[in-house]
Amino acid sequence: MGNNRRNFLKTLGVVGGSLAFSKSYAASPEKNSKEFYGILYDSTRCVGCQSCEIACAEAYGFPSPEDYPEAGVVRKTSTSQRVVVNAFETSIGEQYMRSSCNHCSSPACASACLTKAMLKTEEGPVIWREDKCMGCRSCMIACPFNAPKFEYDSPNPKIQKCRMCYEKLQEGTTPECATACPAEAMLFGTRRELLEIARERIYADPDTYHNEIYGEHEVGGTGVLYLSGVPFEELGLRTDLGTVAYPERNKTFLYSVPAVLVLWPAFLLGLRNASDEVKNNLTKS
Amino acid sequence: MYREQNTSLFKFWIGELKPKGKILTPFNIIAALTIMAAAVILFYRFSKGLGSVVHPDQDRPWGLWINFNVITGVAFAGGAYVLTFMVYILGLEKYRSIVRACVLYSLLAYMFYAGALLLDLGRPWRVINPIIGNSFGISSVLFLVAWHFILYMGSLLIEFLPTATEWATLKNWRRFFGSMTLAVVIFGIALSTLHQSGVGALFLMSEPKIHPLWYSEFIPILFFISSIFAGLSLVIILETIGRRVFKEHMSDSHRKAHRPVLISLARVCAISMFVYLCMSMLVFIHGKDQNSLGGGWGAWYLVEMLGFVLLPCMLFVVGFKRANLNMIRIAAAMSIVGIILNRMNISTISFNWFDKSLHFPTWMELVVSVAVIFVQLLVFRWIVRRMPVYRESPAWVSSEGKQKKSLDTTNKWRNKKWKASA
Repeated sequence: MGNNRRNFLKTLGVVGGSLAFSKSYAASPEKNSKEFYGILYDSTRCVGCQSCEIACAEAYGFPSPEDYPEAGVVRKTSTSQRVVVNAFETSIGEQYMRSSCNHCSSPACASACLTKAMLKTEEGPVIWREDKCMGCRSCMIACPFNAPKFEYDSPNPKIQKCRMCYEKLQEGTTPECATACPAEAMLFGTRRELLEIARERIYADPDTYHNEIYGEHEVGGTGVLYLSGVPFEELGLRTDLGTVAYPERNKTFLYSVPAVLVLWPAFLLGLRNASDEVKNNLTKS
Repeated sequence: MYREQNTSLFKFWIGELKPKGKILTPFNIIAALTIMAAAVILFYRFSKGLGSVVHPDQDRPWGLWINFNVITGVAFAGGAYVLTFMVYILGLEKYRSIVRACVLYSLLAYMFYAGALLLDLGRPWRVINPIIGNSFGISSVLFLVAWHFILYMGSLLIEFLPTATEWATLKNWRRFFGSMTLAVVIFGIALSTLHQSGVGALFLMSEPKIHPLWYSEFIPILFFISSIFAGLSLVIILETIGRRVFKEHMSDSHRKAHRPVLISLARVCAISMFVYLCMSMLVFIHGKDQNSLGGGWGAWYLVEMLGFVLLPCMLFVVGFKRANLNMIRIAAAMSIVGIILNRMNISTISFNWFDKSLHFPTWMELVVSVAVIFVQLLVFRWIVRRMPVYRESPAWVSSEGKQKKSLDTTNKWRNKKWKASA
């Protein structure tokens, strides 16, 4: 009897312990109910003044940009330039477009990373972590926007890309580029708010705006959203990327892994026994 | 040749370290010069950064060392899993004589190509991160490939260790590793299935960058099927060269098996290439625009598919029918070129195809790539000249095998008796 009671208590302890343990997992959806932050870039307001470029370079100790937006020239982000603004000759005259990391809701780079160095944070920014990265550059292979840049000229290279001023966000301030913009072409906020604002702008002024928000559905949604007065192709954005989140492309393959690892050996063993039997029968007859 | 029972292991190894054969041959001189040049280049690479020796391209981040040595090289290392499948699973004894050379080649291929990967990593000292478990990126295909590389290298090593233990006359170890062969063969085939296709799956997210003629969601399956004839074609070439170069290290039975084995391999190659062609055609008809066949890219695609898959496939068939070894060798060489074309087309040539600027590897990249292959070949030769790879196993192995067989029959007899009594 006493033995039984002890066993009962033991079981209770184990069950209780595992319940307490699993509770920490059960709590995780609450954590994720935080909303992603993002940036809304309105091309119709942008004047191409490069304030965002300069503010970003100053904040992170990069040299100030020496070139300027010029129609016909596509400037790319680089290891020392995390955001650029380009000029495009469009059907309604010269327009500007920002280029930087788009902070996808479900980022290809993070799912390509085998060390979780690329991380989609709960706040929304996709950040690169130096202590994890081994420099394989598969994030660059995966990113549909070619956002991550690799420091080829350093023996201790880093991956450089916009991190939506992640550290500033945690202090409660807004990203440098959005703060610096004198034309209010960049707006910082939660993604949901920004989408609403973007829709409002389109509805209020349908003549100015092209009726689409780039990044609402593209690649499963991005943190940086774009408004413009012309179709986005004219501003050098890729519109052929699809609306499926990029990590989904790996899903079928990755899901087949456990199946193959379990079923293949069993099948092979069976096959071997079958071939053994055939051989034995042959030698007997 | 083999260790005498009474000489110490250490003395034996020291003695075996001495080079055998002529030293100043053209091959050795070229290999030595290339490797020395590569050493200098790698010194620069590690002190000044990758960009000092490779073409620094932000839009095509993987250069020759990954796309050629790793991605392409792994396909050619597929011979081991196909042959171990045929010999240990299907019980096709015919191929047993070439299994050892094949396993050795693949083992070295994985070791040195994984080594090439380390050279290309920007921060190689962090390579332990995905291994020791402080940050497992389990949603990453590369994570799977990395782990499978490591586990498969271990499997191949255990598959090869019986050969090494025969050389060092370690009878107990020989028995121990020999008993593990079947288990690691099965494990190795499962791993190979996944990482051969996984190497292709690395490019699944690059859809907007790879030319639509080469990108398809079936890349993993195509990579897996093509690794079968890639591996076997390489085995055909390896056997052809090995027969000439390692004449004095080759047993009579191996020499006699050469012809029938090559002819049978030709048939397996032809069939797997046919399957690959059918699969590629299905992918094309279902997923691709027929108009994309026009123009330069289309012509280049047809060169790869017709010239270096269909044509060698037909040559394999004819070579098999007529038992023409030379035709089979030409077919094997052509399908090797076809595999190189295919892997390079996907990973380099049609990667960012809309970008008109051309991307060429630097000569330094090329030297290191070639040096990696030279090192692999030199180690291969070192082992073949010492261990029973092409040679007959020492006599004690077969006598132990016989003992084991007689043990088996007693077991069988026991089983029967037990059944009768039950």
